[in-house]
Amino acid sequence: MNKYEVAIWVFMLAAFLGFELIRRVSPLLHTPLMSLTNAISAIAVVGAILITGAKDASLFTRTLGFIAVVASTVNVVSGYLITDRMLKMFKKRGQGKR
Amino acid sequence: MSSFYSVLYILAAAGFILAIKWMNSPATARRGVIVGEIGMLLAVVGTLMRFEVVNYEWILIAFFIGSAIGVPIAYMMPMTAVPQRTAVSHACGALASALIGTAEYYRHTPNGFIMGALVLETLLGFLTCTASLMAFGKLQEILPTRPITYKGQNIVNLGVLAVAVICGIALIMAPERTWLFPIFAVLSLIFGVLLIVPIGGADMPTVIALLNSYAGLSASAMGFALDNKLLIVAGALDGSSGFILSVIMCRAMNRSFSNVLFGAFGTIQTSAAKTTEKPVRSASPEEAAEILDAARSVVIIPGYGMAVAQAQHKLREMHDILTKRGVEVRFAIHPVAGRMPGHMNVLLAEADIPYDKLVEMDEINSDFARTDVALVIGANDVVNPAATNDKNSPIAGMPILKAYEANTVMVIKRSMSPGFAGIDNELYYMDKTLMLFGDAKSFVGSIVKELNAVGAAAASAG
Repeated sequence: MNKYEVAIWVFMLAAFLGFELIRRVSPLLHTPLMSLTNAISAIAVVGAILITGAKDASLFTRTLGFIAVVASTVNVVSGYLITDRMLKMFKKRGQGKR
Repeated sequence: MSSFYSVLYILAAAGFILAIKWMNSPATARRGVIVGEIGMLLAVVGTLMRFEVVNYEWILIAFFIGSAIGVPIAYMMPMTAVPQRTAVSHACGALASALIGTAEYYRHTPNGFIMGALVLETLLGFLTCTASLMAFGKLQEILPTRPITYKGQNIVNLGVLAVAVICGIALIMAPERTWLFPIFAVLSLIFGVLLIVPIGGADMPTVIALLNSYAGLSASAMGFALDNKLLIVAGALDGSSGFILSVIMCRAMNRSFSNVLFGAFGTIQTSAAKTTEKPVRSASPEEAAEILDAARSVVIIPGYGMAVAQAQHKLREMHDILTKRGVEVRFAIHPVAGRMPGHMNVLLAEADIPYDKLVEMDEINSDFARTDVALVIGANDVVNPAATNDKNSPIAGMPILKAYEANTVMVIKRSMSPGFAGIDNELYYMDKTLMLFGDAKSFVGSIVKELNAVGAAAASAG
């Protein structure tokens, strides 16, 4: 099995896992869910770091990478913080106020 | 297992999976955020440790700038702006992955499988970026929220997409055609804009979810291009999440994807909107307060209008008073109420309304017949009986909240102008319906005042 096949297997399994997990998320939390998955998909920062920090990076690719690191850092930081801010608001009856 | 960073990547992927798993209940969800954060931290640290990364200055400056933008957004953004924020973050994520794809292309000019993944990554990335910015403009009402259509629109849109795809295929066949890449990128960017032009406000929940999915798939394609399993997994999770949410939204409107994207909701039926003046009954805040006070069970149906008027805090006051007096108050949440999935829940939770009072459509619909008062606030199409009764209605077949089954229906509305889709709502003309004309926030405020007055009078009399 070459590495591309492995990658496709990984994708297929992860997609089905995602379907099963997300189907179980209560509609109550669909907005925080979207903001959390947004933060998670900001994992693109990994690719951005590899390009920005590479030895052979030209000014052009480094600039693109730099913008990509900024954009995904914004998503990571604001994504997790906002998700938490939203989740903090969800309280059951009788659960005291903050 | 070649090196240490791979271990960190595997742990990070596990963290992301757990984070989503724990989102299934409000009780565990915050734990999910923490484990997601740990996952992200491990992934970033692992990447910084890789031997390929030699130059740190630019990265650290970018981290700093990104945090300086992200932290204020997170803390200062009002909860009503959540849909806009989500659109912007889709744009940022998609932009990042498109730029990484572009940089990879100019660095290596790869071929074969990797080039295919790169083309997919940049296509989805660029189109999602401009599409999300357009969605942001519409949500922020910088751009007109009504769908903009013209003759042959679908042909133009699909034509642009087709040319972009052909350019992409040409690049996969011969990656050394560097002159073609900018054309390909620009076409993708244009298609993103064109895609959102005909989309109206009511379809935003579906479109936002779909863009979420594209942004995830773009990140996953990057994983293929960079041979990075962590990116593939995280992108696939995000992609399937957005996909499921948009399927749920489509089902809640009884429409198909293609219908949402190419159907241009809200234009066909403007002519069908009846202009005949039918009598409606209206009521004052005093009368409304009396009816609510005498009720045993009240179901409140919020819609986008509640968000616009910021009426959720006044609603909570009303909810508190009525609950204290032994009235059962619940909120019926339609899946597409608002501008993004779960929009109403977040606003009501923000106003400190306990989440076990927020009931989904399927659960509450059988209760309406036993409900004394259904109070509709800023919602329209989601309670329109035409969806079930009128086969020719543009919203025919859309599952609705059966407010019309309640003993009394009260509708807070600014005026009799038809809702977003321009469809007349027969609910307003029913004998048991009372129209409460006014701004949602101030009207609920007046009801609260009246309820307090009634309570004070009762206390002094007793």
